Amino acid sequence: MLKFIVRRLMQLVLVVFVLSILLFAWLRALPGGVVSAMLGERATPKSRAALTEALGLNEPIPVQYLNFLERAVQGDFGVSTGVQTGRPALDIFLERFPATIELSVVALVLAISLAIPLGYLSARRSGGIIDNASILGSLVGVAVPVFFLAFLLKYWFAVELGWLPVSGRQSIGNATSVTGFFVLDGILTREWDAAWDSLKHLILPGIALASIPFAMIFRITRASVLDVLDEDFVRTAQAKGLSHRVVRGRHVMRNALLPVVTAVGLQMGLLLSGAVLTETVFNFGGVGSALEEAFRERDYPVLQVIVLVAAIAYVLVNLLVDILYALIDPRVRP
Amino acid sequence: MSMRKSAPLAAAAAVALVLSACAESERDGSGGGGGEGGSTFTFGAAGAPEVFDPFYATDGETFRITRQIFEGLVEVKPGSAELGPGLATEWEPSEDGKDWTFTLREGVQFSDGEPLNAEAVCANFERMANQNEAAQSGPAEYWAYSTGGFGKDSLYDGCKVEDEQTVVISVKRATSKFPALLSLSSFAMQSPKALEEGNANNVKTQGQGFVYPENSKNPVGSGPYLFEEYDEANKTVTIVRNDDYWGEKAKTEKIVFKIIPDESTRRQELEAGSIDGYDLPNPVDWKGLEEAGNKVEIRDPFNILYMGLNPESNPKLKDVKVRQAINYAIDRESLVSSQLPEGASAASQFMPEAVKGYNKDLEPYPHDVDKAKQLLKEAGAENLTLQFAYPSQVSRPYMPNPQKIHEAIANNLEAAGITVKATTKPWNGGYLDNVDAGQYDAWLLGWTGDYDSADNFVGTFFGNASANDFGTVEAGYGEQLAKELAEADGTVDEEERATKYEELNKKIAEEYVPGAPISHSPPAIVVSEDVEGLVTSPLTAEHFDTVTVGGE
Repeated sequence: MLKFIVRRLMQLVLVVFVLSILLFAWLRALPGGVVSAMLGERATPKSRAALTEALGLNEPIPVQYLNFLERAVQGDFGVSTGVQTGRPALDIFLERFPATIELSVVALVLAISLAIPLGYLSARRSGGIIDNASILGSLVGVAVPVFFLAFLLKYWFAVELGWLPVSGRQSIGNATSVTGFFVLDGILTREWDAAWDSLKHLILPGIALASIPFAMIFRITRASVLDVLDEDFVRTAQAKGLSHRVVRGRHVMRNALLPVVTAVGLQMGLLLSGAVLTETVFNFGGVGSALEEAFRERDYPVLQVIVLVAAIAYVLVNLLVDILYALIDPRVRP
Repeated sequence: MSMRKSAPLAAAAAVALVLSACAESERDGSGGGGGEGGSTFTFGAAGAPEVFDPFYATDGETFRITRQIFEGLVEVKPGSAELGPGLATEWEPSEDGKDWTFTLREGVQFSDGEPLNAEAVCANFERMANQNEAAQSGPAEYWAYSTGGFGKDSLYDGCKVEDEQTVVISVKRATSKFPALLSLSSFAMQSPKALEEGNANNVKTQGQGFVYPENSKNPVGSGPYLFEEYDEANKTVTIVRNDDYWGEKAKTEKIVFKIIPDESTRRQELEAGSIDGYDLPNPVDWKGLEEAGNKVEIRDPFNILYMGLNPESNPKLKDVKVRQAINYAIDRESLVSSQLPEGASAASQFMPEAVKGYNKDLEPYPHDVDKAKQLLKEAGAENLTLQFAYPSQVSRPYMPNPQKIHEAIANNLEAAGITVKATTKPWNGGYLDNVDAGQYDAWLLGWTGDYDSADNFVGTFFGNASANDFGTVEAGYGEQLAKELAEADGTVDEEERATKYEELNKKIAEEYVPGAPISHSPPAIVVSEDVEGLVTSPLTAEHFDTVTVGGE
């Protein structure tokens, strides 16, 4: 197992290295860039040239990349040229990261806690009302773009009904940041109002973001439970007169959950792409909205950090999923 | 359905109930934003501020904040583009227009207790003029652009203390932009002590960006508000009333700038009552916002949208008749009424009416397709094909929807027999670069003035003969026009200078025709119905100290 983990971690280093080259080359190959973003309509050829030289943008791209790599291995990923000019890109990422984690966890918990029971129920009562309604719901989840759902939710529940806040992570004046996870901060500092306020800000974006994993997890659970219910060992267990709870828990769900775990792992990676849109619609100050802002401003250092760390997170999550998988199903242990 | 199976439904219903209950209490709060009561003005900002040292900033979102904290020697009179007293109560040029004597306001202190005197003013100017290499290459952009650069390139020639309240600032040549450029937010006076302690000039490059010194995080000015906090995780900037302010104290205790990049979200936040106003509402929303009880304040336009023409890229454009034909082909009036917001007008010249030197006798080119066709025929350019570009991913005050404006103009050109090849690029994704590199035959761009000076418009566009987007030298009149512009700019007498610019505007419109001035669009700002006292500025440079919220 340890060997397996070490091998995967080495793969991770390789993946990140290759990705950093591709990313660096791709960003620099895009038209426009930081010079026009910083100077705007005012740019004269003289000021353009001065800025290009000062930032080392006139060097060949491989040289620029090596300079970047040299600094990056020392923990310096450059400073923002747009979102918050002059601040280290990594700091911006770290500051925004808790928001995205908070949002993703809420979305995933929402999705899992709805999708798995519903998937199970749908399979047990295949063709029934719950089954049909859930399938329809999951179809909507897959078919409706997340930003559109986000927009509808915001319009109805925040603007029209006024039940929930329109955007942001907290109402103004409610912040006491300890960890950066605002709900947790409210609990830690016993500022219940602040915790509740932050939670309210999470509900709509959480639901919007949950729509993607919900649909996927629901359908996989349903299909998987249907398969397992047909298996001989379930019939045997039932025939043996085992209690309903034991059959459901130990026999059906344990086996049915295997593909679900994989699906959840993959969904966690997809959450970031959903978060870009959700966070933008809800002005939720996370990594997703930072990515969008950085792209608009051609803020390459921030873009690079976000994409690279997201890639690392994605690979690590998948590693975790594999480990978890192995724990649930001894047959696949490496 | 058993109890257990209906649990999710019950839970959902319970959540909905709780939510609706808490929504009631949320709505009880005052409209003052964030439940802080009426003494807070909460403003939706479209972007994050760059740095809080205005000298290193170039963006409107930074200036919107620093404008409340800092003051310049010269300020723009509230509600207009005209210059008025700031920290200097009056100023007088020498006869040759090179030495300017400023009389400083008595009894002004920076918020750290330092006095505003002649020495403090000179400290500021010396600081601005003496930037290190890193700052000169980009961050000190406003100085570089407005004064021509640093050292021998700079317009600035020195600062002299006459007495405690009198200071003389010298420039190398008489120019219309001095002292107008002192009204720019970038050149506001900062506490010399804070500049020194904050190591203000220590800009460094790091990797492919700039790092700013401590001073840029801790602004100390003399204005009606003090900087309190930039909450980066929550995306808010808070400033509070300066109780020691020399003038009338600010009406609200606090202003919170809530950074909301998405325009529709800003509108919804206003509708939900969690902000009290925001800038540049989309013209299509103006009516709806007003119907909902908000105040959409339309400013006087201080901008120009133009279609640039580049004879280097398309040699047929070297012929002035072709350029005139394009001007006749454009139906400005219908463009203005169909694509631009209320209050917009067709342009006859490359500057708005508010600027001294505007020629009131000039009329916009009439829409005359036959004349256009005839001119094209005379020029032997009946089969003219024009690559005509517009930017995407952008909305500017002078150009709310570039694509639609482009479509309308392209239709006009086609009607006159010109074949249009439309092309587009994102604003920051190559458009500005390509315009600058002369890659388009024709393109849409515009300008919002920095201050009331003809030089800031026509001088910016055509003043540099060797490098401008219009290829004026290629078209044959570039050197001459640049010379004439410099002469007008250097005229000390204001009336005489205005007359020269008026004549020049006529010449540009009729003889030189570097492009087609299209329109002036008024940008709007919107506030909720309980906001009073906002004085709008054509330069979009509002001071918020007169604003009250909810009658408090």
